[in-house]
Amino acid sequence: MSMNIIVCIKQVPGSNKVEVDPVTGVLKRDGVESKMNPYDLYALETALKLKETYGGTIKVISMGPPQAMQIIREAYAMGADEGILLSDRKFAGADVLATSYTLSQGVREAGEFDLILCGKQTTDGDTAQVGPEMAEYLKIPSVSNVKRIVSVEDGAITVEMDMANTIEIARVKFPCLLSVEKDIFMPRLPSYVKMRATKDREIKVIGFSNLKDQDEKKYGLNGSPTQVQRIFPPESNIKRELWNDSAEELADKLFNKIKESKFI
Amino acid sequence: MARLVIHNEKITDRDAFIKICPFNALEIKNGAVEVNGSCKMCKLCVRKGPEGAAEIVEDQPVKSIDKSAWKGIAVYVDHEDGIVHPVTLELIGKARELANKINHPVYCIFIGAGIVDKAEELLHYGVDNVYVYDHEAFKHFRIDTYTSAFEDFVKNIMPTAILVGATNVGRQLAPRVAARFRTGLTADCTVLDIKENTDLVQIRPAFGGNIMAEIHTPNARPQLATVRYKVMNAPERNAEAKGKVTVCDLSNVVLNSDIEVIDVVPKAKEKFIENADVLVVAGRGVKTQEDLNMIHELADLLGGDVACTRPLIELGWFEAKKQIGLSGRTVRPKLIITCGVSGSVQFAAGMNNSEMIVAINKDEKAPIFKIAHYGIVGDLYEILPRLIAKIKAEKGA
Repeated sequence: MSMNIIVCIKQVPGSNKVEVDPVTGVLKRDGVESKMNPYDLYALETALKLKETYGGTIKVISMGPPQAMQIIREAYAMGADEGILLSDRKFAGADVLATSYTLSQGVREAGEFDLILCGKQTTDGDTAQVGPEMAEYLKIPSVSNVKRIVSVEDGAITVEMDMANTIEIARVKFPCLLSVEKDIFMPRLPSYVKMRATKDREIKVIGFSNLKDQDEKKYGLNGSPTQVQRIFPPESNIKRELWNDSAEELADKLFNKIKESKFI
Repeated sequence: MARLVIHNEKITDRDAFIKICPFNALEIKNGAVEVNGSCKMCKLCVRKGPEGAAEIVEDQPVKSIDKSAWKGIAVYVDHEDGIVHPVTLELIGKARELANKINHPVYCIFIGAGIVDKAEELLHYGVDNVYVYDHEAFKHFRIDTYTSAFEDFVKNIMPTAILVGATNVGRQLAPRVAARFRTGLTADCTVLDIKENTDLVQIRPAFGGNIMAEIHTPNARPQLATVRYKVMNAPERNAEAKGKVTVCDLSNVVLNSDIEVIDVVPKAKEKFIENADVLVVAGRGVKTQEDLNMIHELADLLGGDVACTRPLIELGWFEAKKQIGLSGRTVRPKLIITCGVSGSVQFAAGMNNSEMIVAINKDEKAPIFKIAHYGIVGDLYEILPRLIAKIKAEKGA
């Protein structure tokens, strides 16, 4: 059996060094370079492994500014077959709900699929919520924290879901969405040969006007029930002591403090 | 319904203006400044740019929802096979505090099989009503059946806010429920408060950086928030049980599933860093893998466990479950000693509720010293061996 797989990927800032200037309240971001969300590499690798075993096609889908084409090129260099970028000013300012909705609409434009794979979470939002919300909009079952693919049968996939104290082994009917754990497979590096071979491959760009649901209230800021009221630098602790001394003195003081607090 | 409009004629210095945006969402196109898809609607350009250069335009008046129709703070009872996860009690404590401010009741929603007696137990922690969805179909967690029960609860009870533990179950269930009701969900809140108009004030680290964001859900109900284990305080158990348990009718709940649970196997019992009273944390200041020995030795001497920061996971020195931080675990030990950890916000978010924070770092300006109770400016390679020797001497004595 061959499988049609869609992998959701996102471009994230290459560095997490973002700070708020406490005086002006302005965000300072060091370095503007960006990269593919590292957790998405595991989803893409899972897709590639499934394709190698069962055959089929891999489409990657992303939402972001035109620059996000870069990560679709990267996915091509790893072995993805087709790429879709959802890009439109109307998508700007989207929270989890609006992002998930836009992606689910984009998936409808991507054609028939058996499986959607997502990474565990992104490194910039860290919410891990977009996958399950997308699945809800697509009315398909979803399983998060997938740590192993057990088998693929006709019309279903059996996976291991990592719970707090147990592993749940579940058979999920296609089409479905899985969010995979880091380390499910070791992601391959992009191949230079593939990169060269795919450099002219088309990336399908989909804007608001291409989507089926033309209700602007469901996209971008308008479709976002949550609103950021303010951003501020994190607070520091109230009481704190800074010890600056010789190593001997510091070790002594620390020993006494730990002993005094009854940890020894 | 708002959007951002740029009035180019009011921009005095174009280059300075586009630099205000930390997300590179302002760009010059055809000689005019435009907003691109990277915009996060942080409104910094409105606040920091020249007067009137960036403007938020409301397209049409927003139809307001009737907030008074939604009453009560609900907590999802997180459990595996009926064993309630302690984050549940922490959330009940928080829910009670929020509910008292606006004079609302506290509810629990408990979905499982054979759980009624376990629901009774929750009445000792300050819950007014525990709504129980009890059926063999809920024996194991399956997203579709659980979401259906949750949907039934929200439709019938209409709570204004729902708190869900950010566990492996909560982190997939809450988004499905939020999307079903097309409402807001804020992940990993570190602070929760509530306004008189029942708007939940949700604070979390945001934009993947050293920033906290205050997030509201001003025009949608219910408001969903997930909170990690060990962020809030669990209430004391009252000897007396108050409130009641309501067993819910299942006639509107979908019990058929597209997911078949074949087996549930226990995971090998392992030490979780979340449960340690004492943690010694290795950061990038530890130069080689062999040097981890002294970190382990100190942890052993203090009867604790070892944890680490993200870079050491990437180096392959530790398993992922040893990582503290936003992309790792949240810990709240009685004592945490960080060794060569600079203290990014993502890391701090995973440990800054620890009771006693000791930080050892060579760099006096390291952000870890902003959260450490005892900041030790020094070289861990000089301090740790001495400390270890002293503890050994003490124990030998």
